[in-house]
Amino acid sequence: MKADPKGVLTGTHELTGNEACAEGAFAAGCRFLGLYPIVPSVEISERYLERAPEIGATFIQMEDEVSALAAVLGASWTGKRSMTVTSGSGLSLMMEHLGLGIMLETPCVIVDVQSMGPGLGLPTRASQGDVMQARWGSHGDYEVIALAPSSPQEMFDYTIKAFNFSERYRIPAVVLSDAYIARLKEKVVIPAANKIELEPRRYYNGAPGTYLPYKRDKDYVPRMVDIGKGYRFHVTGLTHDDRGYPIMFEECQEYNVHPLMWKIRKYVDDIVEFQESQIDDADVVVVAYGVTARAAHSAVEKARAAGVKAGVLKLTTVWPFPEKRIATLAKKAKAFVVPEMNFGQIVSEVERCSYGEANVFFVAHGDTGIEDPENILSAIQEASRTQKVQSGVVEYRGA
Amino acid sequence: MDTQETAQKKIQTAKAAKDLAQMNDIHPMDDFIRMDRMPHIWCPGCGIGIAVTAFAAALEKAQIDLNKVSIVSGIGCTGRVAGYVKLDSFHTTHGRPIAYATGIQVANPDMKVVVFSGDGDLIAIGGNHFIHAARRNINMLVVCVNNFIYAMTGGQVAPTTPLAAYATTSPFGCVEPPFNIPYIADSAGAVYVARWTTLHVRRLMNAMTEGLQKNGFSVVEAISPCAMYYSRINRLGDGLDMMNFYHDNVEIRHGEDTKNLDIGFQTKIICGKFVDRERPTYMERYSQWSEAAKGAKR
Amino acid sequence: MKADPKGVLTGTHYIDGDVASGYGALAAGCRFIAGYPITPSTEAAEAFARVAPRAGAIFIQMEDELASMAAVVGGAWAGVKTMTITSGPGYSLMQENIGFGASLETPFVLLNIQRGGPSTGVPTKTGQADMMQSRWGSHGDYEVIAISPDSPQEMFDYTVKAFNLAEKYRCPVMIMSDECVGHMTEKVVIPPADQLEVEPRRYYSGPPEGYQPYKPDPDLVPKMAKAGDGLKLYISGLVHDERGYPVAAEEFKTIYVRRLVDKIRLNKNKIIELKEEGVDNADIVVVSYGISSRVAVKGVEMAREKGYKVGTLRLVTVWPFPDERIQELSSKVKAFVVPEINYGQVVYDVARCTHGKANVVLVPHGGAGVHNPKDITDAIEYALKQEKRIEGVVEFKTRLEKLVFEGGMKLKE
Repeated sequence: MKADPKGVLTGTHELTGNEACAEGAFAAGCRFLGLYPIVPSVEISERYLERAPEIGATFIQMEDEVSALAAVLGASWTGKRSMTVTSGSGLSLMMEHLGLGIMLETPCVIVDVQSMGPGLGLPTRASQGDVMQARWGSHGDYEVIALAPSSPQEMFDYTIKAFNFSERYRIPAVVLSDAYIARLKEKVVIPAANKIELEPRRYYNGAPGTYLPYKRDKDYVPRMVDIGKGYRFHVTGLTHDDRGYPIMFEECQEYNVHPLMWKIRKYVDDIVEFQESQIDDADVVVVAYGVTARAAHSAVEKARAAGVKAGVLKLTTVWPFPEKRIATLAKKAKAFVVPEMNFGQIVSEVERCSYGEANVFFVAHGDTGIEDPENILSAIQEASRTQKVQSGVVEYRGA
Repeated sequence: MDTQETAQKKIQTAKAAKDLAQMNDIHPMDDFIRMDRMPHIWCPGCGIGIAVTAFAAALEKAQIDLNKVSIVSGIGCTGRVAGYVKLDSFHTTHGRPIAYATGIQVANPDMKVVVFSGDGDLIAIGGNHFIHAARRNINMLVVCVNNFIYAMTGGQVAPTTPLAAYATTSPFGCVEPPFNIPYIADSAGAVYVARWTTLHVRRLMNAMTEGLQKNGFSVVEAISPCAMYYSRINRLGDGLDMMNFYHDNVEIRHGEDTKNLDIGFQTKIICGKFVDRERPTYMERYSQWSEAAKGAKR
Repeated sequence: MKADPKGVLTGTHYIDGDVASGYGALAAGCRFIAGYPITPSTEAAEAFARVAPRAGAIFIQMEDELASMAAVVGGAWAGVKTMTITSGPGYSLMQENIGFGASLETPFVLLNIQRGGPSTGVPTKTGQADMMQSRWGSHGDYEVIAISPDSPQEMFDYTVKAFNLAEKYRCPVMIMSDECVGHMTEKVVIPPADQLEVEPRRYYSGPPEGYQPYKPDPDLVPKMAKAGDGLKLYISGLVHDERGYPVAAEEFKTIYVRRLVDKIRLNKNKIIELKEEGVDNADIVVVSYGISSRVAVKGVEMAREKGYKVGTLRLVTVWPFPDERIQELSSKVKAFVVPEINYGQVVYDVARCTHGKANVVLVPHGGAGVHNPKDITDAIEYALKQEKRIEGVVEFKTRLEKLVFEGGMKLKE
């Protein structure tokens, strides 16, 4: 399916990450925004609100983040592609409804412009502290898809990608931006509408009486219908059968929840995306995502200039995590260097997937600025010098 | 699945044939209730079933397209209502059905949305959404079944539990003054507010009908016996005893100032239609603004 | 410090886990619980509400879980030991204020009686699927302590311990129980008050002018003060300096969050409690926690009857995770078998710490019930048979999965 030209602002623009996100949403066919203002994500909503009337999109500012995501889930069932945008505490408040979205298998997009936590933290400054929360923050078992853009252009592209994933797998997809990407202004090229491929919603086309809301296709994804079309179906956050009716036994729990994992876990290879540079002969692989990837690239250039064979593995999808790729690289490389703007989140995944084959160095960053490439560079140098380490992750605390 | 028309035709044919056996096959509620979900979970003596029956009758009486009505419930005993009503129905999280319904209504203004939930769900955890949706005047009917207690979780104190009434988490009697639901709804801007008990089936049904037909945020409070918890903990007898109590102690005062509608422990309950007014709805204002913004240069 | 006798219901009781935890809280000196009813944790709140007056304690039922958590943080700063009680969705709703409490270094205890999820799931039946959430559920970086009791007696004992840890490290302590333990009725012995050790709050006792609420002691934990002491506290959830004043300066963030995580990470060995049995010379070690560890006992017993050398490692504290112990064991054993009532959470941390030296087999269970011990025995057998190192976590196919997806079972309401 091609994008609707009405929402596509074809051309070359100078946009901030937040503005690019709103444009990406419009291009992806998003026609409903449920929001609650929180720094530093507000500019996404502002851009959306400004352009909504001409595009025919709807929005509502709700009374809190809890209701913002609830409204988005409701709107999605009317057939409108829907999203919400938030930051920090807002994401914590959305955790309950992330779970409802998973259980009802409702496609929607949550854009989290990460700011410093915990608690109120520093709302105006960037961090990457919500990465594990996106994966594990709601109660019960589930899988998510989360993308981490590192530029306004990627903000545009990944927002579209997130909508496509959410429709394809009927799952809330999370875009993990941060306060720097949000305010960074760069060139964003928006292609013509007929160049933007969109995933259509997986509709059920049979007669109303025959619809089973949770009857799964072969790939474990059930089909959807819009409300108001005469199907008069029922869905519930309780454990349910194909009809969507609650049945609360362990057999049904298995029947209902296990496929929620499978629909992602069995298709990990189709979902996982990453970008590699200078990886083939690399001794040291820097695993980075989001804004930190920019510093990583710069550090790797410097390392190469200094004669250290380094490369970058930039994660497009943080979740699901590219387990296999890390395992393969662990056998070839000597060490991984993982710079993150937090105190250790994705690095534990890298540790887990390297199976003791390569050392893992962690560069924590909790300052208000972006990670200094020099810091990553010295970690790379240290990693290239260090022999086999026996115990877990080595935290590189700078010179 | 029968449409409303065919179901009624069948009933008429059956009547004509005076075939009682056939009559029994086709329940007049067939088109409104998910018969494949019966029996329901409610205890003997509970009033929620009566409220649902009144609602089904209201749907019929209001003459609205059933495909254009969506029902949303939260969690709790009344939270199960969505699952039994044969409409596009959503059983959502605790306290958030109004937020969920707001999303549905705003994204597809053709839908009439009904939120059917309990006092704990709508007024405690969902209290904020309740007042905000009323303030915005979102076009929806909110039916709040008020049984004065959290029944699904086993009888805890609710924001509607009358002063001095017992509950498991107020073992020495409730020390918090309860909310007066019509007063909150009125002050927050609801366009239609009524209160009835499940004894007043026909009046309750009429209130729901009016709420369905009303354009804007309408609230119908349905006071219901909870024989299993509220009555048992407070030694008030069974469901029938509570019905008798309503019969003796309800006073109907239409148009009464909502601030006079407090309910005490086993005191008089004032019922009636208190508010019926017009205010522009959220979507009416929104479309006006949206149309104007299209032409405007910023 | 000894427990206050007013709150200790000394004697032998026959009560369920929820009630035992409520009694444990009162014994530990908890004098304020704010909660919101949610199955299956409500009995703990009810029990506390019943016995609270004897010790002058207060139970307040708030309007939702957000407010409950906020009231608990407030109560702690007013100078009492506080706790909240919840399950499933309530826990998700508390996440914002859990992070907030952690960032203020507020001591409090949270009792989570886990149920089947996600979303509303199966409210009346068990689950262990909030384990990762307890560690990662709020935004930003912080560390918590999580304990997983497996019997009503432990619910009492570890509720007391949870309060002690919370006071000691000034951090949220989660009691990650589950519906089975919560609703299991067993003998619970509550000792006399003079045999119950409780940790007093670390109060500042110097002159008011010199007080800095976030100036750490050598163990990285600062001394606390309470509202009403005349210290004119400034407590903010924003990034703050030692005075508690919000600062946006570059270096403070690192100091601030670094200490939040380090005070747990560096004191890890003092916090972690494990129960091991037959681990020496074992080929397989079954790693489990909470109710799963009781089920595992049977599975292990059956495996031993077949002549297999199996040991058990029970995580009494799940967080912080015993990285070093797992690393140590992984070079000695052939594989770890991890039964948990979820589709893989703590098992990933086990896998992480093996560094490819031992295989890891997950015995999953979706919740609403516990494992069939035969599945654990079979998984042990399977793990023993594997000759090669297997990358990643092997998900063992349980009888339940086969029954539901291959046995042509019809779901009945």
